[in-house]
Amino acid sequence: MYVVVIGGGNVGYYLTRELLAAGHEVVMIEKNPDRARQIADELGKIVIPNDGCEGRYQAEAGMGRADVVAAVTGDDEDNLVACQVAKMRFNVPRAIARVNNPKNESLFRELAIDDTVSPTRAILAAIEHEIPVHGLLHLADLEGGEVQVLEAQLDERSAVVGKELREIPLPEGSTVAVIVRDNRALAARPETRLRAGDALLTITSAEQEAEIRRLLIGE
Amino acid sequence: MRVIIVGCGRVGARTATELDQRGDHVTVIDTDLRAFTRLPATFGGVTIRGSGTDEDTVRQAGAEMADLLMALTEGDNRNAMAAQLGKHRFRIPRVIAKINDPLRAEAYRTLGLETMCRTVLLADALVKAAAEGAAATGGWVEPPTAEPRSVRDILSAPRPETPAGPTESSEA
Repeated sequence: MYVVVIGGGNVGYYLTRELLAAGHEVVMIEKNPDRARQIADELGKIVIPNDGCEGRYQAEAGMGRADVVAAVTGDDEDNLVACQVAKMRFNVPRAIARVNNPKNESLFRELAIDDTVSPTRAILAAIEHEIPVHGLLHLADLEGGEVQVLEAQLDERSAVVGKELREIPLPEGSTVAVIVRDNRALAARPETRLRAGDALLTITSAEQEAEIRRLLIGE
Repeated sequence: MRVIIVGCGRVGARTATELDQRGDHVTVIDTDLRAFTRLPATFGGVTIRGSGTDEDTVRQAGAEMADLLMALTEGDNRNAMAAQLGKHRFRIPRVIAKINDPLRAEAYRTLGLETMCRTVLLADALVKAAAEGAAATGGWVEPPTAEPRSVRDILSAPRPETPAGPTESSEA
């Protein structure tokens, strides 16, 4: 594959090195000339020392025949613009943006970016798996964060304990899929009565997360 | 009209001030609290410290009710993102992004953003000033208020009297 990497920070550098090692054709665009030279010294003449958001440097990088553009600078707005220019002017089939503010993931998807990767969200998820601070864990993000798979852990303080599932007014578009009880997965049925210690695997949209938290955990 | 201005630099502060004086409801966002000192003491609008590319900040600035958002920071990309956030996430009826690079302004117009390009505006005014004089530019290029004085005139002019009084010590 032909990949254009925008941004030569640590992420861009290691990404480029891995892609090259895997036999892909890669060109990097890095704004800082010193950094660009440093990387070129090590990886070869594959670095364009200029602003990757500019159409002319993307043209120089051969964006017109690129299969993928990966914008991985430390600034969300630069990654957005670089991807949008690549898509608008060069019709690159796949644009991937690094996103620092996890809230930007769904916005970027709305703005025609094909894929987003948020290290912040990944680390947050890792932390929450270790320390369930809120009783609500992020298990997975689908559709760029628009759809979320959550695990709600019920304790005796939860208002839904002792109720049947059908008594809980879940918002439209949210559903409890599976209940994990005593290390066994039970299909969630309307008449299932909830107990303290249950873990409810819940599928919801990002904007309904707060509502789900209020209903199931009660904060 | 409810207006959100992102970026309280020279352009943002001036635009905010003028719209405020016209009676619009103005909210200004800037990441740096010191930027708000560019606003006059008479400014009646709201200031919010935060990033205009952050959804929560823009919501707090009243994006859901705004009629117009103008992204006037020093960064083209930041402006383009703030404008798209306003337009697509909050459905603000009009958004204007200040874009300094004319090539990129073109690209964003194709995305449905109103853009204003400083380079083009200034160059147009300068071409007009060159061909037809400063007055023809409608004030974009200001005519001088006085004939230039020679350096010798300035140096030979009598110095204004400095009041001779006791100098105050600031030491406690």
